[in-house]
Amino acid sequence: MPLFDRLYNFAHWLTQDRQEAEDLVQETFAKALKGFRSFQPGTNFRAWIYQILRNTFLTSRTGLRSTATVPLELEDDQEALLASNDTPESILLQRSDQQLVQEALGRLPVPYREVLLLCEFEEMSYQEISATLAIPMGTVMSRLSRARGALRDTVQELQRH
Amino acid sequence: MACARWTGKLDAYLDGELSADEARALDEHLRECAVCAAEGLRRVQQKRAVQAAGQRFIPDPAFRMRIQKSIAAPGPTLWSRRWFPVLITATAVAALLIAGAFLLTLQHDRGSEHQLMSELVDQHVATLASANPVDVVSTDRHTVKPWFEGKIPFTFNLPELQGSPFVLVGGRVSYVGQSPGAELIFRVRQHQISVFIFQERGLPEARENEAERTAFSFEVRSWRHNGLRYFVIGDASAQDLDKLGELIRVAG
Repeated sequence: MPLFDRLYNFAHWLTQDRQEAEDLVQETFAKALKGFRSFQPGTNFRAWIYQILRNTFLTSRTGLRSTATVPLELEDDQEALLASNDTPESILLQRSDQQLVQEALGRLPVPYREVLLLCEFEEMSYQEISATLAIPMGTVMSRLSRARGALRDTVQELQRH
Repeated sequence: MACARWTGKLDAYLDGELSADEARALDEHLRECAVCAAEGLRRVQQKRAVQAAGQRFIPDPAFRMRIQKSIAAPGPTLWSRRWFPVLITATAVAALLIAGAFLLTLQHDRGSEHQLMSELVDQHVATLASANPVDVVSTDRHTVKPWFEGKIPFTFNLPELQGSPFVLVGGRVSYVGQSPGAELIFRVRQHQISVFIFQERGLPEARENEAERTAFSFEVRSWRHNGLRYFVIGDASAQDLDKLGELIRVAG
């Protein structure tokens, strides 16, 4: 089964619950099989199936709840890209261990968590992320920039405690 | 602050999303500016940390079995009972027609481009799976190129990779249709890309519009130059393949 393990991992990150992740993956596979005709050969299969998974998640109860509690983002590209000029000394992450980063990722709002995972873990290009999340490239960049900043802040906060 | 211009581009640079020109310019700046270099390093570390932390949840084996079964045998609820026999017959007829067409095409294509692609993709996968993927291990093009001397009946140029996200891993001699050629392995982030170079004679004639496409879910780029045929194959993104292809084309 193509991408099964990765889709499950991503689903679990989104739902934060094993049972819900299983339901989500099952529904994604069912929808992908049923809708395979809507997949255009030559386009990106991975982006297509992640898009199905994500859309299914967003219409689930957990998905609706998770997006309802996210503060309104300013999706202004310029501002986000220029806002990341902290001094490098204050933001070293090198000593943080994996568990800490995992906990911080889990605490991020879903839009930040998913864009980080798609970029860093799934190694999707901006174009693939744009297709998966159905957002423009400029928004991919600004959201990534914000997500990285938020992750850094969360890790620091966890380190202090 | 002059650096603001660069810090805004650092993320795209580290994600391999800057154009070659911009990446080169930022490269130069990073060599001169300790502040931006430190910030770049910090962001690389964060990227790696997330990459490592991303793998966290493993599906339950029982769940995997359940999904496998559901895919193998979709339940009758998917189909209306009334149309089920009709669908089965129609599917059987369609399958027969497709199988027939497939066999005809296969015969027609035998020894052709299709066969060649499948062979090259197989070689690429075999290289990735091998414990010793390359016979000459070097990131230095001035070591890899001379290594092929006397092993293959032609020579080629390797691109300058400085400032690009690509790293030369090494090379090995590869064969297609009993003719020797070069297989070069490049790495971009975690992906490996094979570049095959063969003499054009002995290969099936390239069809038009073959420059860009995918084969067996791998990205493939191929072109002809000076009596040689080049094939770039990998599972990296289409843009990465384009970029690497362009670098090699310029060098050739």
